[in-house]
Amino acid sequence: MSAESVRIAYFTIVTKEVTRFLRIWQQTLLPPVITTSLYFVIFGNLIGPRIGDMEGFRYIDFIVPGLILMAVITNSYANVSSSFFSAKFQRSIEEIQVSPTPEWVILLGYVTGGMARGLLVGVVVSVVAMLFSGLTVHSFPVMLSVILLTAMLFALGGFLNGLFARKFDDVSIVPTFILTPLTYLGGVFYSINLLPPFWQAVSHGNPILYMINGFRYGFLGISDIDLGLSYAIIIAFAVALFWINLRLLKTGYGIRT
Amino acid sequence: MTHALSVENLEKKYANGLLALKGISLAVEEGDFFALLGRNGAGKSTAIGIICGLVNKTAGSVRIFDVDIDEDFPRARSLLGVVPQEFNFSVFETPLQIVMNQAGYYGIPRRVAEERAERYLAQLDLWDKRNGVSRELSGGMKRRLMIARALMHEPRLLILDEPTAGVDIEIRRSMWEFLRRINEQGTSIILTTHYLEEAESLCRNIAIIEAGEVVENTSTRQLLSTLQREVYILDLEDPLTELPEFGRGRWRLTGPTTLEVDISREQGLNGVFRQLNANAIRVQSMRNKSNRLEQLFLDRVDRRGTE
Repeated sequence: MSAESVRIAYFTIVTKEVTRFLRIWQQTLLPPVITTSLYFVIFGNLIGPRIGDMEGFRYIDFIVPGLILMAVITNSYANVSSSFFSAKFQRSIEEIQVSPTPEWVILLGYVTGGMARGLLVGVVVSVVAMLFSGLTVHSFPVMLSVILLTAMLFALGGFLNGLFARKFDDVSIVPTFILTPLTYLGGVFYSINLLPPFWQAVSHGNPILYMINGFRYGFLGISDIDLGLSYAIIIAFAVALFWINLRLLKTGYGIRT
Repeated sequence: MTHALSVENLEKKYANGLLALKGISLAVEEGDFFALLGRNGAGKSTAIGIICGLVNKTAGSVRIFDVDIDEDFPRARSLLGVVPQEFNFSVFETPLQIVMNQAGYYGIPRRVAEERAERYLAQLDLWDKRNGVSRELSGGMKRRLMIARALMHEPRLLILDEPTAGVDIEIRRSMWEFLRRINEQGTSIILTTHYLEEAESLCRNIAIIEAGEVVENTSTRQLLSTLQREVYILDLEDPLTELPEFGRGRWRLTGPTTLEVDISREQGLNGVFRQLNANAIRVQSMRNKSNRLEQLFLDRVDRRGTE
């Protein structure tokens, strides 16, 4: 395919994906807004004042970056896993499979679609957060780069889930039993400095900790983790997932018999 | 002559050990209208799946207009259009979105895609439905939508896997006309079907697959010429009470005004009518008891089954 044809194929997949999640906005955009609003009300306004400051910031200001990133992670992942699995289930993935679209374009197209939903949800949740906290940005480049990389990483994770999934239950198992616990234990609601040394060490094995702390640095200028290490972890996981997905796509895992 | 499709020693063994294709070889000439026949599970859809990239082959080679799918699959895919047996589009999208997206996957610029979408949706009587939800289309409309989608990149070879399954006779005939037209315009067509009347009417060449092997590969004309006997049903103007004494041929009175005659090729129909005239039996209409190709198909696969 020529470069122009590749560009057209890529934007076709992206447009299809964005159109899909906008068409069902009640299922894709509204729930994270309601969920995070409840977090802000309960943990920020009702319980937060009793907790006091965290790392020198009001509790609600401390949790805002983590809650935004949690919504981005969940939605980037869910968009790709559910969309790709639905395409497999309906067999509409065959439309792309029989075409000359290269595998890397298919992967990038779906991942961009997932990132688009994650980032759009992130923007909406940020707007809601402004109603509850005095949202300030310490470093816009850090905040933007971390959110983009994280959205990409989890969109790639969602794609892998979509490839492996054989039934609809398989799409919800990873978010429910792996992603959500790791996110909650990744320092959204607390600084790991509050944990005993053993649990601090255990927390360092959780990749989401690095993303949340990197993102928090972008907003508040504080982090439990070295910023360089955060970038290194996110990029390493993203590269590994991209490579695995591409290999599986080329061999036809989950989509060719 | 250039081959639209050339398949050599194609083999497929599934993970469960099933040997679906046992080294089949086929060649379809450019411009041909070719039928690939076989019972359910014979290996037709597996072969098509390999050709269009939905199934991994175990061994063998596939060339589309001399482009090897292993060497340059993107180029081979751009020459090929596929209408699968099962509906495989997103039922939440509109017909227009479905065909436009398909054009996009082939890298076709939007302006060109819009022109083609209007042309093919209109030719297949779907233009009025272009903005409706696809799941609400009738079965026949869904089939025609898949044909329109497969034509968006104007492939030189079109493979249709049972395109008229479950479609009423009127729509089936209009689809035949459409397929004949695009074949006359130069598109090579491979068709699988269970309606053998369809294959006989449309296709110039025929291959029969049985249990993963090609058991017949010849022209339709040649295949039909091997038919040794045919059974005709004659509707009579006046009722008969008993079967008259005829000379040659095998006759059966199946109703007061219905005669069946089983004749050999060399006997021909003139002799039949001579006998009827000699007995003052007037015939209102006449038809084949079964489709001629159907009879041959059953002969071939049954012979295979008893070997």
